[in-house]
Amino acid sequence: MNGMKAKLAIGAAVALGLMARTDGAQAETLRLLTWGSYAPDKVIQMFEEKYPDINVEVTFSNNEEMIAKLRATGGGGYDLAQPSHDRVYAAQLEYDIYKPLDLSKIDTSVMDENLLSGVKANTTIEGEVYSVPHQWGTSGLMADVTKAPELKSWADLCDPKYKGKTSMRLKRTILLGTAFAMGEDPFAAYSDLDKYQQILDEVAVKLIECKDNIKTYWQGGDDLSNLMLSGEIVASETWDSTAYRLFSENQNIRFIPPETGALAWIDTFTIPRKGEADDAAYKWINFVLQPEIVTMISASSGAIAAVQGGVGLMPDDKRAAVEAAFDDEAIANLKFFANIPPGVEDMEGKTLEKIKAATAN
Amino acid sequence: MGSKDARRLFLILLFMPFALWIILLIALPNIGMFILSLQEKVGPRVYTYGIANYVEFVNEPIYWNTLLRTATISLLVTALTLLIGFPVAYYIAKIAKKQSKGALFLLCLIPLWVSDLVRAFGWILLLRETGVVSGALQWLGLIDQPVELLYNDVTVVIGLIYTVILFMIVPLVSTLDGMDDSLVEAGFNLGGGRATVLRRIIIPYAMPGIVAGCIVVFMLTAGSYLTPILLGGKNSMWFTEQIYDQFITRYNWESGATFGVLLLVFTSAVVWLGLRLSGQTLAGTVAKS
Repeated sequence: MNGMKAKLAIGAAVALGLMARTDGAQAETLRLLTWGSYAPDKVIQMFEEKYPDINVEVTFSNNEEMIAKLRATGGGGYDLAQPSHDRVYAAQLEYDIYKPLDLSKIDTSVMDENLLSGVKANTTIEGEVYSVPHQWGTSGLMADVTKAPELKSWADLCDPKYKGKTSMRLKRTILLGTAFAMGEDPFAAYSDLDKYQQILDEVAVKLIECKDNIKTYWQGGDDLSNLMLSGEIVASETWDSTAYRLFSENQNIRFIPPETGALAWIDTFTIPRKGEADDAAYKWINFVLQPEIVTMISASSGAIAAVQGGVGLMPDDKRAAVEAAFDDEAIANLKFFANIPPGVEDMEGKTLEKIKAATAN
Repeated sequence: MGSKDARRLFLILLFMPFALWIILLIALPNIGMFILSLQEKVGPRVYTYGIANYVEFVNEPIYWNTLLRTATISLLVTALTLLIGFPVAYYIAKIAKKQSKGALFLLCLIPLWVSDLVRAFGWILLLRETGVVSGALQWLGLIDQPVELLYNDVTVVIGLIYTVILFMIVPLVSTLDGMDDSLVEAGFNLGGGRATVLRRIIIPYAMPGIVAGCIVVFMLTAGSYLTPILLGGKNSMWFTEQIYDQFITRYNWESGATFGVLLLVFTSAVVWLGLRLSGQTLAGTVAKS
């Protein structure tokens, strides 16, 4: 009997432990899964003042980790995510981690029409739209114009005249950039994966040859900033926002759109499948699209809001950096990242491994 | 009979945290990982079971080269850590005065109070081209150009030794501490030189500590992630980086899980081989210290 009781007691204790959850709080919680600079404290504070019954929790992440986190929980744990536009379609097809948006709850009239229709087209599955745009920016080159004045192509990072003085991040951006610099159109080749593999193989040869020229592969924004500001490198592949930040510290460091076009990404609003606070999520979306909030977020992220007149809403120093980098021609030449079809990540991953493992010369 | 049951309940409750820890945090995840590693993706959201991931590992030289590289460097780190750690441990256990022992031990512990990440950044600040060491060497006139000390395998080895050396020193100190000084004296009295005493008396006595330290250090090194990534250069691949890439950048959990299982099996095999060669047992070394 007593043994039985003991077992029961243990069972009850375990069950209680499992059931003890932090429900019961009155305030609704909005759990954001977003990029490092997309939810500045001040904006959260203003939002919570406007909606006192909503409590905002933020987790900072990046594209890959967002998908990994949501995949692990089947789309649970967060109420609003901000993956890039090219990462929604395949992730949804493969892992079913998002739910369709109710566009009637979003004030899409303030959004830039081109970006909105682009993102919608990219993220529509079976007639349902999964994402709307929030901020956009580009990847391209950055150089200290006093030391590397002629840098204009992705391939120039491999120019022996800058030997040991350039850097890049060993991720898919440099694969795509190098492909463009070789005169290929990798996005067009997404529909023919054999062709794409062939392009990747050629890119790998190029980048392996280039290894000797490169000081190191940078890992994150801080890493890159240190390399550039200390003068240890004079040019690098970069996110535009990092270059804009450095521009405000050293006016010689400029963002340079490659001659084949800077690669443009759009970070979106997308709701995870098991999100529990959709209304709060829609409120957040509409809230951060207001002009004064747009300026605050652009100030912290260095990216351009996908609203009408987004560049004009940037704070002065960031706008100056954008205007120093882009003319109308460069804007017209932007290459927006195309949807990544299933399987391409694996092919690109293999190529990156091959490059990393190869010993140059 | 009531008291007997109460004792049993007491024992069960005492055992419970340990059992839960082992089952929930060690056994279940590893079993899950193993099952995941046997899955093959045939299409979006469609999976079958098979050993394709393992075949893929064998067929791709990059993968097993990285594993071998990781193992080789880890063994090198283990050997160097032993070489550097042994004199330190011997000094703390045998030569230092009783009062200063605690303080010396604490000095060894202090680096552990700071996270791995911060320690790696410390090395970066010191060793980068515009860093402290390069600057100091220039100031002393030993070199006339900035020198890059980061981003190569030597830096990775140094960083790893720094991270793990404590785990070598602790078991060594505790074994050496138990050695009677008269053993060493007897060795000298019987006409043994320093080398002979070290080889015939001290090392055999310290063997359990040496083996325990080596096992822990090897496992920690082979499984480390931050130090090799942050200090390593453009050619330095580490196997844990491969696992991360498979899971996160390539969304390929199946193959990431396969690599995880392989790393566990491989490092366990190396440890088993080491135990066989040194004639020690797990119970006599790690469990004891």
